[in-house]
Amino acid sequence: MSTPFYVSPQQAMADRAEYARKGIARGRSLVVLQYADGIVFVGENPSRALHKFSEIYDRIGFAAAGKYNEYENLRIGGVRYADLRGYTYDRDDVTARGLANVYAQTLGTIFSSVGEKPYEVELVVAEVGETPEQDQIYRLPHDGSIVDEHGSVAVGGNAEQISGYLDQRHRDGMTLAEALKLAVQSLSRDTNGSEREIPAERLEVAVLDRTRPQKRKFKRITGRQLSRLLEAGGAETASEAEADTESGGDVE
Amino acid sequence: MDFLSEHQPELLPGKRKLPPVQGAIEAPHGTTIVAVTFPGGVVLAGDRRATMGNVIAQRDIEKVFPADEYSAVGIAGTAGLAVEMVKLFQLELEHFEKVEGAQLSLEGKANRLSTMIRSNLGMAMQGLAVVPLFAGYDVDREKGRIFSYDVTGGRSEEQGYAATGSGSIFARGAMKKLFRDDLSEAEATTLVVQALYDAADDDSATGGPDVARRIYPIVTVITEDGFRRLTEDEASGIARSVLERRLEQPDGPRAALL
Repeated sequence: MSTPFYVSPQQAMADRAEYARKGIARGRSLVVLQYADGIVFVGENPSRALHKFSEIYDRIGFAAAGKYNEYENLRIGGVRYADLRGYTYDRDDVTARGLANVYAQTLGTIFSSVGEKPYEVELVVAEVGETPEQDQIYRLPHDGSIVDEHGSVAVGGNAEQISGYLDQRHRDGMTLAEALKLAVQSLSRDTNGSEREIPAERLEVAVLDRTRPQKRKFKRITGRQLSRLLEAGGAETASEAEADTESGGDVE
Repeated sequence: MDFLSEHQPELLPGKRKLPPVQGAIEAPHGTTIVAVTFPGGVVLAGDRRATMGNVIAQRDIEKVFPADEYSAVGIAGTAGLAVEMVKLFQLELEHFEKVEGAQLSLEGKANRLSTMIRSNLGMAMQGLAVVPLFAGYDVDREKGRIFSYDVTGGRSEEQGYAATGSGSIFARGAMKKLFRDDLSEAEATTLVVQALYDAADDDSATGGPDVARRIYPIVTVITEDGFRRLTEDEASGIARSVLERRLEQPDGPRAALL
């Protein structure tokens, strides 16, 4: 039997992190922004069936960049965790913090276990509160750490550049149409600085809207409603954007 | 559900060991639930009384619950078990919707409820039966539908109107005489309140509108816009107008003889 080469633990971890980062970088980026009435998720997604964003519980949404089968696995795990919690105790006992902790544990364990390949995913768990101050956004990189974010966050391939762009331009109390416009602008900037157009059909947009009368605040924005919001840009008033979110049945 | 039975089976109603029984168990029972379809939707309503033997256990119990956006369950039978069953049913519909990204069909929901009632058969044999009424708006067929059940989980779709619980015989009689297939939403909500009034009139376990305590029947409407529960003002408005007419005609509206 031949002696295996010695690899230092630091090197092994660095290799795994490099592997995961490369996997994530291949996927398209997505952004999560706070706006006056909630939190909006925007990403480029050519597929209508494979969602990057999803509802976890009443006030909690989930966004993921990276490998689909891996984050789908985590998403279903999250839905199970939340539903079981809510059924055993109460709906109020399901929190984004608890969920983010579970995800961090899972990702961390997988990342450091030698037998498994690290997950090539980066997650965002967001919870909309009664007021913008109570909103919570957590970013979970591939290694199982948790980053508490405010205002805006970007994950995926081009994340650093996009979040830099967003940090400069995002402000509190934006309307949905303004936030959406900013998100699309940030996503359509290429690595080399040039801009390209992302058509509405290739956008996946969802909101956690605190003004929704139902308990479940998550809602996808698609079709006509989305193009209307995009046209509205940042030019119009907040009230119109709200009316848009209210109208139209759920597409889930 | 599968996940739950694997990991925490004790949380599921059907999986518990039954205690040995001496005599009948006294637990609060819910009474009358009625449902009526109208073009464009369905109305589901229930009275507010829970009884335990000859005692009124609760005057203001709520027995009609939304199951999801487009359906609702009204429960008759052992209140504690029924409420738990509804909670699990709601959870399952929501869980399915989130995991699969699409809602169950109305048939699928009705079948699922059927299995849940069947799993409660052991309890039902000991007198703790749960017999719900399930009503929903079928998004594919664009109409309101009603499903009724028996204790063994047998499911049957009802045309037009249905009732369950101790006062159901009287409520069904009333609805039979008042039902038409061209009812408006407002007429349908009045019809269910009339039927509940008649049930309360002849069945001691069903509660009528309680004007003194301001307790009125729960009336819910499901249309293509989703589930909506009438506000207390709306429900009391209907109940009061029914009550006012009954002061003149205690037996309610008369049907033609021929």
